Amino acid sequence: MLAIYEMHPWLYALLGGALIGCASALLLRSHGRIAGVSGICGGALERPTELWRVAFLVGLVLAGLSSTVVAPHAVGASPRSLPLVAIAGLLVGVGTRLGGGCTSGHGVCGIARRSGRSLIAVMTFMFTGVLTVLIVGAP
Amino acid sequence: MTKRVASLALALLCGLVFGIGLLLSTMTQPSKVIGFLDVTGRWDPTLAFVMAGAVGVYALALRWIAQRTPWLGGELQRPARGDFDIPLVAGSAIFGIGWGLSGFCPGPAIVAAGSGAPTALVFVATMLVGTVVGGLLDRR
Repeated sequence: MLAIYEMHPWLYALLGGALIGCASALLLRSHGRIAGVSGICGGALERPTELWRVAFLVGLVLAGLSSTVVAPHAVGASPRSLPLVAIAGLLVGVGTRLGGGCTSGHGVCGIARRSGRSLIAVMTFMFTGVLTVLIVGAP
Repeated sequence: MTKRVASLALALLCGLVFGIGLLLSTMTQPSKVIGFLDVTGRWDPTLAFVMAGAVGVYALALRWIAQRTPWLGGELQRPARGDFDIPLVAGSAIFGIGWGLSGFCPGPAIVAAGSGAPTALVFVATMLVGTVVGGLLDRR
């Protein structure tokens, strides 16, 4: 445990990313579904009877819940004010629904598949994300 | 019945492992995400390693999974094909603005909301409203 504790942040990132890749691969192998969180969220709202989506989302929530015991500093608050965060949530909801994906669906699964559409999506949201931080400023 | 239980248990496991990956890789810290997008300031490249790890593993797994029938039956989901269109670019542009504003994208926001973080709870609430609104816009 101590050895893991002393790892470079980039190794944590790489390891965490690998876990995300494993989970996405398992969902594709078991359910045949692409692990795009925005898509799963939208599907859960529109077709709530297909319970696997709800189960996936409950898994995400349980990970967050367990972090309060195991790693209380793993989750941080957004440095922006609550009204700004509320507006951001609205934009992310509308944008991912129209764009057909977010950082997981387009960013991980799409790029790994070498999808042209996903590459365009990723370049677009990276560009506007960088531009937004440039304008609003980093805290 | 057993297939139904297997489906839910596997989906829950996928969500849990996905969430642990997000926590471990510090994607659930919005200031880290904003630092990654702050390319003209004090750029923090950490999150590029998350993408590298996730894309690397998933791309390798795809070679094994592609052309196989899913364990629970049915077919592999076929993503939208074709080149780019206006909703793809406009939607992704809007998403990027919200991402840069808050430092949250959907997955990490839901994990953070699970921990009870107030900013994440507000974010997820309005994100769900936005998802419904986006769905209505999309259908027209």
